[in-house]
Amino acid sequence: MSWILALPELALGCSGLVLLLAGVIPKTETFFPITMGAIGALLLTAVLVLGQGEGTALGGHYVADSFSGFMKILSLGAAAIALLVSLDFNEKEGLARFEFPVLVVFASLGAMLMISANDLMSLYLGLELLSLPLYVIAAFNRDNARSAEAGLKYFVLGALASGLLLYGSSLVYGFAGTTNFDRLADAFSTSQDASPGVVVGVVFVIAGLAFKVSAVPFHMWTPDVYEGAPTPVTAYFASAPKVAAIALLARVLLGPFGDLAAQWQQVILLVSIGSMILGSFAAIGQTNLKRLMAYSSIGHVGYALMGLAVSSDIGLRGLLVYMAIYVFMNMGSFAVLVAMRRQGRAVERIEDLAGLGRTDPTMALWMAVFMFSMAGIPPLAGFFGKLYVFLAAVQGGYWTLAVVGVLTSVVSAYYYLRIVKVMYFDQAVGALDRAPASLTIVMAGTGLFTLFFCLWPAPMLAAAQAAAAALLG
Amino acid sequence: MAMGGTTEMTIGVAHYLTVSAILLVLGIFGIFLNRKNVIVILMSVELILLSVNLNFVAFSASLQDLNGQIFAMFVLTVAAAEAAIGLAIVVIYFRNRGSIEVEGISTLKG
Repeated sequence: MSWILALPELALGCSGLVLLLAGVIPKTETFFPITMGAIGALLLTAVLVLGQGEGTALGGHYVADSFSGFMKILSLGAAAIALLVSLDFNEKEGLARFEFPVLVVFASLGAMLMISANDLMSLYLGLELLSLPLYVIAAFNRDNARSAEAGLKYFVLGALASGLLLYGSSLVYGFAGTTNFDRLADAFSTSQDASPGVVVGVVFVIAGLAFKVSAVPFHMWTPDVYEGAPTPVTAYFASAPKVAAIALLARVLLGPFGDLAAQWQQVILLVSIGSMILGSFAAIGQTNLKRLMAYSSIGHVGYALMGLAVSSDIGLRGLLVYMAIYVFMNMGSFAVLVAMRRQGRAVERIEDLAGLGRTDPTMALWMAVFMFSMAGIPPLAGFFGKLYVFLAAVQGGYWTLAVVGVLTSVVSAYYYLRIVKVMYFDQAVGALDRAPASLTIVMAGTGLFTLFFCLWPAPMLAAAQAAAAALLG
Repeated sequence: MAMGGTTEMTIGVAHYLTVSAILLVLGIFGIFLNRKNVIVILMSVELILLSVNLNFVAFSASLQDLNGQIFAMFVLTVAAAEAAIGLAIVVIYFRNRGSIEVEGISTLKG
């Protein structure tokens, strides 16, 4: 019974349906219990992923290995934290509708299917199962013109990107004769030269996936959507879908198209350099924190893709560690952003943080930890993330990548440290409201991870090493 | 089959690919050059998906392999779901702004 292997996905899909049913039946609004149920379902699925075997299932469309396990646990954890972050925010903004956690559960199911895809067909279906709920939750604050606009922009550009990805898949299918990743890998390992049709197809597929990870030159939607969408939704956008899309990009490029590395390596290299440069320079002039985080996330994707551009096992390990650390510090800083309220009204400009060091020292401390970590200051976790990808680039002889990476880190340190300066040295305009318990827990949890990763990095490194080995065989 | 005297042209996979490439380019241009209406963008997205389906079906026939046709079925299904969600988002956008002109979609920028 090969479908037993896909038990985590089946469990998550069924619990999504059960939660939907449980949310509809009662006469009263059931946002809180359904969110708790959804977090429980996500954690249960993560436990099932830990106990999952290895191999392919469902007619070769589904693959489970240590790589998929690592990425799935990461994206499930990110989804659970995003739901925790949304609890208080959605209540206060009047968005406390049970559909929200259900949509996040289905989006996570899509992310898991993407990570486990072993066929262009399951790749596409997983990607769409991820994207469709995301279009809806971007526009979840439906009485707000900015949220509706964010949803519309994300939908139009997302649909275009999945169209490009599909066109690429159709060309690969036509010129290689199969959609299965294993058979594609066999086909390319025997033939001397890839046919131009396949190369064009691969480029289209990369374009579609680069859109999902918001890498340059397919990043234009990111700042607008991040700014317009409700803040917990932005927190989710910046983590789980990126993890899934990066995982898929790594699996597609190193698996079936591994023998075409000469064709795609230059593309990923340019995308990585472009993202690092844009992410560091465009964020300098921002006054809105969510917009700033959008550019910052573009930059972080650039650093992560550096590990892929190197196309070696050290590079892949660097990419995995980078994504894991990125998810934690990103969720932490978004918990601070969600907590920013003055007299009950959400505020999101950098000046609104002024004087936080005196009015709310704990929150300011955590924010400072996340900002120092994102800037890559040792001994915080963000430094190690950068260290491993830079090491991989230097060992692979990609000096340009490493030099651009270090220089852009210095530039981006300017805007991260400016936030710290505003918090500790500027005059307060008025105290922010006290952060609710759920957000304090998220800040403290992710903050402690960021602070003390350096003391105990071995388990994550070992997991990333095993995952990289599983993908590269 | 045309017989005796009439000139004959076989429609090969290259012809289908040309048509589908033209459809793809029309769809992409429809999204970026259109300055009037969001509905036209939705139609352009459908055009792109149709060009993909044409590709899949043509390749499926020439490769004698059913996978392409199965893929095309999935694409059709997902396209329907996508259009439903897209129209729903257009409706809430219209309720907020009272217009669906593409040039008006620019409050978020910087």
